[in-house]
Amino acid sequence: MSRSLLEISNLRIDATAYPPGEPPKTIVLVDGVSLTLEKGKVLGLIGESGAGKSTIGLASMAYGRGGARLTGGTITLNGREIRLADARALRSLRGREVTYVAQSAAAAFNPAIKLIDQVIETSLSHGIMDRAEAEARAVMLFGKLGLPNPETFGTRYPHQVSGGQLQRAMTAMALCPKPDLVVFDEPTTALDVTTQIDVLAAIKDAIRDTGVAALYITHDLAVVAQVADDILVLRHGKKVEYGPTEQIITAPGEAYTQALVSVRSIDHKEKAPAEAVLSVKAVTARYKGTNFDVLKAITIDLPAGQTLAVVGESGSGKSTLARAITGLLPPSKGEITFAGRKLSPQLSGRSRDDLREIQMIYQMADTAMNPRQTVGTIIGRPLEFYFGLRGEAKRKRIQELLDQIEMGSGYIDRYPAELSGGQKQRVCIARALAAKPKLIICDEVTSALDPLVADGILKLLLNLQAVEHVAYLFITHDLATVRAISDRIAVMYRGEVVRYGQKSDVLAPPFDDYTDLLLSSVPEMQLGWLEQVLKHRKMESAGN
Amino acid sequence: MLAGLRVHPVFKLVVQRIALGLLLLVAVSAIIFLGVEALPGDTAQAILGQSATPQALANLRAEMGLDQPPLARYVDWLGGIMTGDLGTSLSNKTDIAKAIGQRLGNTLFLAFWAAIISVPLAVLLGLVAARYNGRWPDKIISGVTLSTISLPEFVVGYLVLYFLAVKWQLFPSVAMVFPGMGMMERLNAVILPVIVLVLVVLAHMMRMTRAAILNVMQSAYIETAELKGLSPMQVIWRHAFPNAIAPVVNVVMLNLAYLVVGVVVVEVVFVYPGMGQYLVDHVTKRDLPVVQAVGLIFAAVYIGLNIMADVISILANPRLRHPK
Repeated sequence: MSRSLLEISNLRIDATAYPPGEPPKTIVLVDGVSLTLEKGKVLGLIGESGAGKSTIGLASMAYGRGGARLTGGTITLNGREIRLADARALRSLRGREVTYVAQSAAAAFNPAIKLIDQVIETSLSHGIMDRAEAEARAVMLFGKLGLPNPETFGTRYPHQVSGGQLQRAMTAMALCPKPDLVVFDEPTTALDVTTQIDVLAAIKDAIRDTGVAALYITHDLAVVAQVADDILVLRHGKKVEYGPTEQIITAPGEAYTQALVSVRSIDHKEKAPAEAVLSVKAVTARYKGTNFDVLKAITIDLPAGQTLAVVGESGSGKSTLARAITGLLPPSKGEITFAGRKLSPQLSGRSRDDLREIQMIYQMADTAMNPRQTVGTIIGRPLEFYFGLRGEAKRKRIQELLDQIEMGSGYIDRYPAELSGGQKQRVCIARALAAKPKLIICDEVTSALDPLVADGILKLLLNLQAVEHVAYLFITHDLATVRAISDRIAVMYRGEVVRYGQKSDVLAPPFDDYTDLLLSSVPEMQLGWLEQVLKHRKMESAGN
Repeated sequence: MLAGLRVHPVFKLVVQRIALGLLLLVAVSAIIFLGVEALPGDTAQAILGQSATPQALANLRAEMGLDQPPLARYVDWLGGIMTGDLGTSLSNKTDIAKAIGQRLGNTLFLAFWAAIISVPLAVLLGLVAARYNGRWPDKIISGVTLSTISLPEFVVGYLVLYFLAVKWQLFPSVAMVFPGMGMMERLNAVILPVIVLVLVVLAHMMRMTRAAILNVMQSAYIETAELKGLSPMQVIWRHAFPNAIAPVVNVVMLNLAYLVVGVVVVEVVFVYPGMGQYLVDHVTKRDLPVVQAVGLIFAAVYIGLNIMADVISILANPRLRHPK
C-alpha cells in the first residue's frame, strides 16, 4: 500500500435540512468521492457552489461545517483513519498536520488580536516551537509572501491591512506550524484580479519552497490550472472527472468539464456609436463628511440600446458612479443628461418618469428582494406603482415578464428562498424590466454566480437588449464579462476614467499602464500562464 | 494603550463621552429641581405646617431665600453642590453632606463586595454556559440564576435570613455597621445582604455574557480558531470573549448602578444603614432638600457608571484603539 499523505475513499457527508412546514430531512452533500494526495503535491478541487468542494476540503480535517456529518467512507491522513477520531485526537492534528486558509481572510482573522499572535498561535499551542522561533518563522513567511515590512507587519491588527495582505497573512498563518497539508478554500476569489495574481504567485512559491501538500479549492478553472498537479471536478457532491491538470484543461473527458473549460464563449459584436441616452459630464462627487473626491470629473456617454461596461478594482468608484446617476449621491460638480433632459442631482428633484426609466439590478439578488413576498408580488410592484396595473392585467404582464426571463408562469407564487441563485437574479431582471426602463444599471450582477449560471444571465441580458432596446451601464471587475457584453468600456482607477472608448479600441494595444496590468492579470486557461506573466512583468520593470 | 500625549482619536471620543455625561447630569439636576418645585407647597410650608400664618411663611421664605425666582435658587443650589454643600435637612437640621457621606460609604461598601463577587462569577458562569450551550451545565446555570432573579429580592432576603442566620446561625441576621468597626467584623456583618445582592444581579449579567459569546461564536474567525486545534475553552476565552466585551460591560455597569441605587429593599430587610434607607426615611418626612440631594447622587452614580461602560467599550474596540 502506498503511503499517501491524504487518502479519501468513498466519502459521504450528510446534513439535515429543515424545510419550513415539513419534517426535517437528510440531504447528501458529498457522495462517494475518493481522492489521493501525495506529499508535496497540489490537488485542485473545482466545481460550482453546492458542489461540495469546501465540504470535502474541511473533511480532510475531519471538520463538518454547520452540522455537516461525515457519515461514510474513510479519510486517512498520514496513515491514520481520522473520520471517526475523537475530539482530542482531532485537536492535535488540526493546526499541526493540516491547516486551513479561508476564502475571506477579512472575516477569518480575529479583529481583536494582533496578526502576529494569531499567526504563531498554533505553533505555540501545539508546542511545535517556542515564541522566538515561531515569530522568526512568521517574519520569514511574511517576507516570502511579499508582505510589506515583514519585521513589523505582525504588530498590526487585521483592520489595519488590506484584503490582499490579509489573504497572504492567512497563508503565512497556515504555513507557520509546518503542516503536511494546507487546505486553501478559494483563497483569491474575494480579491481584485490585479491583487489575485500576486497572491496566487506568493501561494505557489510558498507551496514549492516549503514542500507542503495542498488542496486548492476554487470555482475558477483558470486559477486552479496555475497551481494544481491534479484536478478533481465536482458537481452536486459527486465526482465528475479526476485527472492530471493538463488532461483536464486540454482534453476534458466529460461534457460538464468541457462546458467549464469553454465557458465565456459569448461572441458579442460591438454596435456602432449612436446618440447617447445617458451623458455624464465632468461629474465630481464625494461622500458627506469626507474631504476626498471619490469621483473626479467623470465624463462618459452611453448610446441608447447599448452597453457601457465600467470596469475597475474595488474602491475605484464604479458603484459610486451608479449612485451619482441614480441620484443617491448628488454630485458636487458636473451634470447628468438622460434621454435629452437634465437630471436633477438630488433624488427628490426627479420626476416619476426619471425614476422609472433608470432601473437597477444588484450583485446580491438575495438581499435585493423581500424574502416574504412572492415572485408575483415582487415583479408586480413596479407595474402597480408606475402603470397602475391591477388584477388580471397585472397578472398577464407578470406572466409575460416571467416568459421573457425564461422562467415561465409556474414561478409566480414562489418565494425567493425557493429559487436558485441564477433564478433570483432573473427575477430581479424582470422587476427592472417591468418599469420599461431606458437604462438599467447592472452592479456586479454576475459576480456572485457560478460561471455557467453567469453565462446564462449574460445571454439573457443581451437577448433582452435586442428586444427591448434598453441600455445597460454594466459595472464589473471581471474582464471576461466585459468582453462578453459591452459595446463601450470605461476603465476606472481611483475615481478617474483612465481609458474610455469603443470595446475594440479599449481592448487593443497600445495600453496605458493600468489597463495593461488589469488585462494581463486575468487568469487564462493554459498551463504556465502565471509564470509567463510574472516573467514578462519582471522583464518590463528591469527594462524601465 | 493611549499612545503618549499625541491626540489620539480615542482620547477625543472618551472626552466627548465624559462631556456628554456631565451635560446630562446638569440636565438631570434641573429635572430634579423642577420636579420638587412642582410639588404643592414649599420648604417653608413644610417646616411651619398647614396652620402657619401667611406672614410667618413670608418671613421664613425671605430668610431661606425662597422668595427668589426659581432660576436664581437653582443656580444657588447647584453652586452649593459644586462646593460640597448639599444643604440642611429639614427634619433634623443636620448637614446633608455629612449624613450622606457616611451612608454613601456604607452603600458603596456593600455594592463593592457584591460586585467583586458577582461580576467575575457571572462572566465565568456565562462562559461555561456558552461552552456547554444547550447541554446540562448550561441548563442548570440558566435555571438556577433565572429562579433567583425571578424571586422578589425580599423573598430571597428572607429565605437567606431564615436558613443562614436563623436555622443554621452562620451569620448575623442584622447587618449593623458603625464607624470604627474593623474590616473583618464589617465583612461578617454584610455577608448576608451581599449574598442576596449577588443572587439578584447574577442572572442578568450571566445571560448577557452567554448571549454575547454565542453571538460571537457564529463568526468565521471562531471556525479558524477551531481549525487551529484549540480547545473549546481556549476558543471561547481567547477568541470569543475579547469580542464580546462591549455588550457585557454595558450590562455589568447597569447592574453595578442597581447595586448602588436600587438596594432599598435589601437594606430594609437587613436594617443596613445605607443610602436607600436614608432616602426612604426622608421621603416619608417630606424632607425635600434630602430627597433632592440623594436623587442627584443616584443620578450621578448612574450616569458615571454608564460613561464608564461607554469608555470601556470604546477602549475594547481595536478599530478605535488602533486606527488605520
